[in-house]
Amino acid sequence: MPVRIQTQDFDAGAEIAALRRGNPRIGAVASFIGVCRDVNDGGTVSKMTLEHYPGMTEKALEKIVAEAQGRWKVMEVLVVHRVGELKPTDQIVLVIVTGSHRGEAFAACEFIMDYLKTRAPFWKKEETPKGARWVEARTSDDEAAQRWEPPKSSAA
Amino acid sequence: MTIKVLYFASLREQVGTPGEDLDASPTTVAGLRTLLMARGGAWRSALAQGKALRVAVNQEMAQPTTPVKPGDEVAFFPPVTGG
Repeated sequence: MPVRIQTQDFDAGAEIAALRRGNPRIGAVASFIGVCRDVNDGGTVSKMTLEHYPGMTEKALEKIVAEAQGRWKVMEVLVVHRVGELKPTDQIVLVIVTGSHRGEAFAACEFIMDYLKTRAPFWKKEETPKGARWVEARTSDDEAAQRWEPPKSSAA
Repeated sequence: MTIKVLYFASLREQVGTPGEDLDASPTTVAGLRTLLMARGGAWRSALAQGKALRVAVNQEMAQPTTPVKPGDEVAFFPPVTGG
C-alpha cells in the first residue's frame, strides 16, 4: 500500500531503506518532508490539528500516486500523512519516489505534493494567540497544481 | 433509502454536526445544497452560493450537476489545506 494516514511520527530514513530494500535497479530516490511551522500568515502558531475525510483521503492519494506512476517512469512511491494534533517542528507529510534516474523521481515527487495540496481532503486548524483559526486555501497552491495540467489542445 | 451527508472542518463547525442520514430525494448536488440551505440560519450562511465549497459524491470530487441518488454518500467541505 503506497499510502498511509497516521497520528504517529515517521522515520524518513527507515521508510526510504524499506522502499529500496532488495531493488538494485533503483538509481534515484527523491523525497519531500512537510514540517509544521511556528508562524503562518503573520501569526504565531502554537499547535495545529489536522482533520481528514477517512476513506476518501486514502482513495484520493492512491489516485494521485497512480497518476504520477502513469506520467513518469518511477518505481516505488510512498506517501505518509499525519493527522491529529501537531506542534511546530513536527513532521506532517512524507513523499518518497524511487526510479532509475533523478529527473523523473524529482518531477513525480513534486507533482504528488502539488496535487496532494489541492485534492486530498485534509484541513488544518491552527492555535494562535488570537484563538483557533482554520487555514485558508492558497491560490499559489492551485497555481502550482495547474502547472501539471496537460496543455489545452489548440483548435485545428 | 436515505442519503448520507457529511460535513468537514469549518463547515462542520458552522452547521454544528459532522453528518446525518437525510431522508430526501434531491437529484443533484446543487439540489441537495438548496434543500439544506432552506433550513435557514447557519445552514443558509454556511452553504450560501459564492462560498468556496467543495463537494464529493461517494468519495469522489463532484460538481453541482453531479447526480445524487438514494444510498449515496455526499460530503461538503471547504477547499483542502493539507500537506
